[in-house]
Amino acid sequence: MTIKYNNVFIEDAYTICGNYENDGPLAKYFDKKYEKDLYFGEKSWEQAEVHLLKEANTNILNKNKLKEGDIDLLISGDLQNQIAASNYMARNFNIPFLGIYEACSTSGEGLAIGSTYIEGGFAKRVLISTSSHNMVAEKQFRNPTEYGTPKPKTSTFTSTGAVSILLSNKKSKIKIESSTTGRVVDMGITNVNHMGAVMAPAAGDVIYNHLKDTKRDITYYDLILTGDLGIYGKNILKDYMITKYNINLGDNYNDCGMMLYDLDKQPVLAGASGPACLPLVVFSYIYKEMLKKKYKKVLIVPTGAVFSPTFTFQKESIPSIANAISLEVI
Amino acid sequence: MDNKKYKEIVDRNTPKENYIKNAVIAFLVGGTLGSMSELLLRGYSMWLNLPRKESGVLVILTLITIASVLTAVGVFDILVTKVKAALIIPITGFAHSITSAALEYKNEGLVLGIGSNIFKLAGTVILYGVVSVYIFGLIRLLIGG
Repeated sequence: MTIKYNNVFIEDAYTICGNYENDGPLAKYFDKKYEKDLYFGEKSWEQAEVHLLKEANTNILNKNKLKEGDIDLLISGDLQNQIAASNYMARNFNIPFLGIYEACSTSGEGLAIGSTYIEGGFAKRVLISTSSHNMVAEKQFRNPTEYGTPKPKTSTFTSTGAVSILLSNKKSKIKIESSTTGRVVDMGITNVNHMGAVMAPAAGDVIYNHLKDTKRDITYYDLILTGDLGIYGKNILKDYMITKYNINLGDNYNDCGMMLYDLDKQPVLAGASGPACLPLVVFSYIYKEMLKKKYKKVLIVPTGAVFSPTFTFQKESIPSIANAISLEVI
Repeated sequence: MDNKKYKEIVDRNTPKENYIKNAVIAFLVGGTLGSMSELLLRGYSMWLNLPRKESGVLVILTLITIASVLTAVGVFDILVTKVKAALIIPITGFAHSITSAALEYKNEGLVLGIGSNIFKLAGTVILYGVVSVYIFGLIRLLIGG
């Protein structure tokens, strides 16, 4: 399903990152950087993630001299069980709240919902935030954080950070042009250490449907960015697109999981992942390059493995989803 | 596209793990650790004038203490990433699994945090350790008399 928007604009965006992201190649583009540890002055990893989200939303409001009353809707999601980081963040804001979850594709879901509210005239300004925290994800989905078992080359490294995006019906330099909502795809992969293989078909499906619905060619976009497929997932997607749809993802395609860290120097295996991965790359570096008009038409495709460890233990294969959002410089 | 054909795409784009290299590293480091433990065992017997069995207990205690301290100061997980199974398979890995779980759940309190979760990883080892000891003990009794 593709929706075209005429009145949805990005007013501003705010990014906060942790120390691993600060050691990566995009460090200078983030609005706020934590350099020391991943606690950010809080007692636990979970509270540290709430801290990040709260700070991103507070700072974007202050930066734009807005009050809580100026925002019609707050949409937020993260990777914690019961999207706890978002819910505990939202209790600090006197703004109507929608909590959403699509794992690492949450930012895409948020942008599509927020844009639809604005386009429909139901809201003037919508704040969308998302976060992930490496240690929270390790504790929740894998082993205790200090356990550190050796991982296969295909596993990815959950990014730490929070991103807040302010959408508005007031004209700005970048608009949300359209969104395509993805379908849940499952190609029978059961390996939790190979999320690139799990999510690539979902990305392929939504890219294909987006191009079909908008009657566009892949070369229409200056840049196409998938969320967190990593080195091997990126190759799988390119192979899959050629084999299934005969679409060639060429030089205008990249994966945010490969851009956030220095893959040669940092211990991140196949690359970055997590709900914060794509927005950290897009709403810092790419956003600033778009403002300079280096890229004019960008398709972002956050990808998420919407699985539960319980189902994985019960030998179910892993479902995945992706959303496509088209950003255009006016 | 069916799942089988997709799996072919995945397989041709997925790197092979270097199991032989990992096994050699684990063998060398694990073997060195074993040899050093044997030296320590003889040392304890000599210095403290203990029978072999009792100094064995002291060696185990020494290894557990060192591993747990290394976990607590955040070094053990870095070592494990480098030397693979060499530190996970010996008693050091068992100690590490308990200490790391205890550290992880300390924020949830003594009972519902540490108490409920300390054997999260080690529980499997304990359960199947006891079960296999029982089975092998029984076999030995029946065959060896």
